[in-house]
Amino acid sequence: MSATHTKMPAEDQQIDAVAIRFAGDSGDGMQLTGGFFTDTSAIVGNDIATFPDFPAEIRAPRGTTYGVSGFQLQFSSSDIHTPGDSVNALVAMNPAALKTNIEDVEPGGIVIVNEDEFTEVNLRKCGYPDAYNPLEDDSLQSSYRIVQVPMSRLTRESLADSGMGAKNIDRCRNMFALGIMYWLYDRPLEPTIQELEKKFNAKGNEAVAEINVKALKAGYYFGENAELFPSRFHIAPATFEPGTYRKIAGNEATAIGFATAAQLAKKRLFYAGYPITPASELLHHLARMKNFGVRTFQAEDEIAAVCAAIGAAFAGDLAMCGTSGPGIALKAEAMGLAVMLELPLVIVDVQRAGPATGMPTKTEQADLLQALYCRPSEAPVIVVAPASPADCFTMAIEAFRLSVRAMCPVIYLSDGYIANGAEPWKLPDIESLEPISITHPTETNNPDGPYLPYMRVEETLSRPWAVPGTAGLEHRVGGLEKQDITGEVSYDPANHEHMVRLRAEKIERLQSVIPPLEVVGPASGEALLLGWGGTQGSITTAANRLRERGHKIANAHLRYLNPFPKNLGDVLQRYDRIIVPEINMGQLRMLLRAKFLIDVIGINRVRGKSFLVNDLVDDVERVLKSDKGAVKQ
Amino acid sequence: MTTAPDTSLPTYKAKDFASDQDVRWCPGCGDYAVLKAVQKALPSMHRKREDFVFVSGIGCAARFPYYMNTYGMHSIHGRAPAFATGIKLANPNLDVWIVSGDGDLLSIGGNHTIHVLRRNVDINIILLNNRIYGLTKGQYSPTSEFGKKTKSTPLGSLDFPLNPLAMVIASGGTFVARCIDIDLKALEKLMLIAEHHRGTSFIEVYQDCNIFNHQAWFYASQKDSRPETTIELEHGKPMIFGAEKDKGLVERDGRIEIVELGNGISEADLLHHDETNRNRAYMLTQLLQPNFPEPMGVLFRDPDEPTYDSLVEDQVKQATEKSGPGDLRTLIEGPSTWTVQGDAVSG
Repeated sequence: MSATHTKMPAEDQQIDAVAIRFAGDSGDGMQLTGGFFTDTSAIVGNDIATFPDFPAEIRAPRGTTYGVSGFQLQFSSSDIHTPGDSVNALVAMNPAALKTNIEDVEPGGIVIVNEDEFTEVNLRKCGYPDAYNPLEDDSLQSSYRIVQVPMSRLTRESLADSGMGAKNIDRCRNMFALGIMYWLYDRPLEPTIQELEKKFNAKGNEAVAEINVKALKAGYYFGENAELFPSRFHIAPATFEPGTYRKIAGNEATAIGFATAAQLAKKRLFYAGYPITPASELLHHLARMKNFGVRTFQAEDEIAAVCAAIGAAFAGDLAMCGTSGPGIALKAEAMGLAVMLELPLVIVDVQRAGPATGMPTKTEQADLLQALYCRPSEAPVIVVAPASPADCFTMAIEAFRLSVRAMCPVIYLSDGYIANGAEPWKLPDIESLEPISITHPTETNNPDGPYLPYMRVEETLSRPWAVPGTAGLEHRVGGLEKQDITGEVSYDPANHEHMVRLRAEKIERLQSVIPPLEVVGPASGEALLLGWGGTQGSITTAANRLRERGHKIANAHLRYLNPFPKNLGDVLQRYDRIIVPEINMGQLRMLLRAKFLIDVIGINRVRGKSFLVNDLVDDVERVLKSDKGAVKQ
Repeated sequence: MTTAPDTSLPTYKAKDFASDQDVRWCPGCGDYAVLKAVQKALPSMHRKREDFVFVSGIGCAARFPYYMNTYGMHSIHGRAPAFATGIKLANPNLDVWIVSGDGDLLSIGGNHTIHVLRRNVDINIILLNNRIYGLTKGQYSPTSEFGKKTKSTPLGSLDFPLNPLAMVIASGGTFVARCIDIDLKALEKLMLIAEHHRGTSFIEVYQDCNIFNHQAWFYASQKDSRPETTIELEHGKPMIFGAEKDKGLVERDGRIEIVELGNGISEADLLHHDETNRNRAYMLTQLLQPNFPEPMGVLFRDPDEPTYDSLVEDQVKQATEKSGPGDLRTLIEGPSTWTVQGDAVSG
C-alpha cells in the first residue's frame, strides 16, 4: 500500500507519540472516524492503543453534554500500552464536546473546533452561562492552541455540486475533520478511501462513498493550504517484532479465541447470550461464524442463557455464555449446578462499572470477588483474566483448555476497557497452537453394573464426559449432592465433605499446567507492582517510568486468578512492598492478604476509567516514600 | 417423525427404562402412576434408549429423571426448558422430555416455558399439575384455586389461578393435551402422539398430591362424577359428555354452551372437535368446573410449524454452503493485516 507522502516542509516536527481524541455528538460518527485513524496509523506501522468512550444513551438529544461520544487514540514510534493520559490534540465537533473534553487536553495542546456549531442555541444546550462563548474566552485561548474551523460550511461548500441532500452532506463533516487530522499528522488517505468505498459501495451507495471521500480530501487540502498550524507532525513507524499484524479489540479477540478453541478441540461451539453492554458484541461476532459450526442462541434471559449452555455441554458441545456483572449475578445458581455436574463451561464477564445498572459503558474490575464467591455454598470455579485486547485470544483458548481438563466451569474476566480498546496483534502461527484433547467415552467403566459417571482420572481428578446418545453409558446428573464415583444422590456427611474438598482440589491441581508468574524488572527489591486483568497497559507503562527514575521496582501481572500461579507466594516474599493497583476497592489485595498473610498496599480508583499512568507513578512514589500503608485518594 | 419402526432396535420392556434407584415419592402419590405410564410408553416409541434424555427442574415431580434408566438431568428450579433447549440444539437427534410440576414450570420457570413454546423446540413437556407446593410442604401454587387455605395463606389465597393450557396456546404451543394421572392408557397414548409431533408438545396431567392437596382432582378422577365433569375429545367427532352421553357442546354467539341431546337437537348440531383450530382450542381451555366439563385429550395440534432446532441446523448449513467451511486463518487475519520484516514495515 503506497502512501500519499507530500513533501515534508522544513518545519515539520518528528515526535515519538501522540494522543488524539475525536469528540462530538453520538450521531456524529466519532467512533467510525477514530477507527479510520487507527487503521491508517496501524498500516503506516505505528504502535497504537485506543479508548472508545461513549454514553449509554444511543442518541441523546443533539448538542447535550450527555450525548457526547469520544474516541481516543495514542499512536507512536515506540512501544506503548495505553491510549495516553492526556490528549495532545482534540477535535471537538460542537460546544458540548469541547466542554466535556477540554480538561483532558494537555496545557498548550491543539484543540480543533467546528466553529459553525458554536451557536447561541447550542451553547445554551450544553449549559454554558448566557452570553458566554468559550471561543471568546481569553483564558481558554491562552491555555490551548484553539483552531477554529467552519467545518459545517466548508463541508457544504465542497460538496455543493454533488447533488446530494443537506442531510447526507452534513454527515460528511466527520470526514472533513479526519482530513485535517490526516494532514496534521502526515497520514496517507488511501486506506480510508478504500474502506469508505468498500463500506458504501457494497450497499450500492457509490454516491455516498464519493462525497465522504471528497470531504476527506477537502479537509486534508484545507489543512495544507489554510496555514492553521505552524508545523505538522511526523511519527515514524514503531519497531515491531517481524510478523503479520492486525488491529484487534478485546471483544473480537475473545470471540475469535473461542471459535479457535473449538477448532483446536475439533468440537462445535455453542454460545448462549442475552444482550448486555459491553458483552453483546461477543454474540454479534459469533453469530457471524456459523460456517465454523458455531451455534449462537439469544436466550430469553441471563438465566436461560447459562442453563442452555450447561445443557449443550451435557450433550457434548463446547459450550459457553457471555455477560457482564449483572448477568453473572443472575447466573450464580446455575453456575453452582455446573460445579456439581462437573461439566466444562466458560462464562465470560465483560466487567462494567456497577452495582446494579451502574455505568454500563464504563469499565471496572470489581467483579473479581463475585466471580470467585458469588455462588451458594462452596462452589469454586476456575477464574482467568486477559491482560490486553490481544491477550483475549490467548486466554479464551486457555479457558476451554482448563475447563475441559478439570471438567469445571471457568469465569473469564474481561472488562469494558480492553473489550472496546484496540491494539496491534501479532497473529499467531495457527499450526503451533496446541490442540485441545477431548475424549468422550464409548465403553462402560463398570461392566458388572450401572455406568459410573463420577469415576475419576487420578492425575486431574476429573470425571468422564459421557454424552447422551452413547449406548450403555446412560446416567443421571443433577443438583443433589453426588456420591463420588457412582454419581448417585447422597446425603452422607463424609461424602459431602469429600466432594466439597474434591471440587476445590481439581482446580488447585491445574497449577501444574498454568505458566508461572513472570516478573519484569529486578528479581527482588524495593517493591513489586502487581496487577490483574485489563490494567496491564497502564501498570507496565508506569513501572517502566518508575524504573527510568531509578526505582528498584518490579512489575507482574496475574492472568490466572483461580488457581493462582504456583510461584506467586515465592514472588511475593522477595519484595519489601507489594503494591496492587485495581479499578476496585481492593479485591485482589484482600485475597493476597488472606491467602499469603502478607501486607499488600492498594492503589484503588473506581472512576469508570483505567488508570492514568501519571497518577499511578505519583501514587507509587508516595507509597515508596511513606511508611507501609494504603494511599489515600 | 413418522418413519417406519427400525427393526434393528432392541426390543425394550418397561423395566428396561427403570433405574436401580428406589423411588422416594410418598406412598399413593400420583407421580407413581405417571412414572409407570412413561416407562410403559417408551418401548413403543422405537427409539434407542440412549437417545432419551429426561430433564426436570425442582420439586417432587422433578425427581423423575433419577428413576429413569436413560440419560437425565435434575436441574435447578424452573429452568428445565432452558436446559432442554441447549441439549436439543447440541444434539437434535436426542429425544428430550421435561417432566416437572406446576410451581416449577408455571411460577419460577414461567418465562422459560413461554419461550420454549414460542420457539417450538422439538421437545416434550409433561406438566404434573397438583395445584400445590408439595416438596416445601404445602404452600399454594400458581394453579391453586382462589381462596385456598394453606400454610402460607391461612386466611385463603388471594391469587387467581393460572390456566396452564390457555398460556400454552397463547405462547404459540403446537401440541396441547390433557389427561389425568389415574388414566394410564390415555397418558400412554398422548405420549406416543406427542413423541411423533415435531415441535414442543405439552401434556398437562392432573396429578393427585395425596398429602397436601388430596382429592384436588377428585371430580375428574372418580367414576361417578367423571363423565359429567370431563369431556373426551376426539378429532372430527361431536363433543358429547355425560354418564348417559346425553349432553353436548354447541357454539352460540361466539360462546360455548351446553345442550341436552333430544328435543330436536341431534349429534349433527353439536360442535365437532377440530384439533387444528387454535382459536377453538383456546375456547376449550376456558371450559372449567363447575360450569363446564373439562376437556381431556388433544386440544390442539399443528404439525406444520417448523421447529427451532431444525431452523438452527438449516441456517448453519446454509451459511456453510454460502461461505464455505470456516477458515481459521481468514478469521484470525480479519479485514486487513500488515507485515513487519525485520525493522521495516510494509502495508
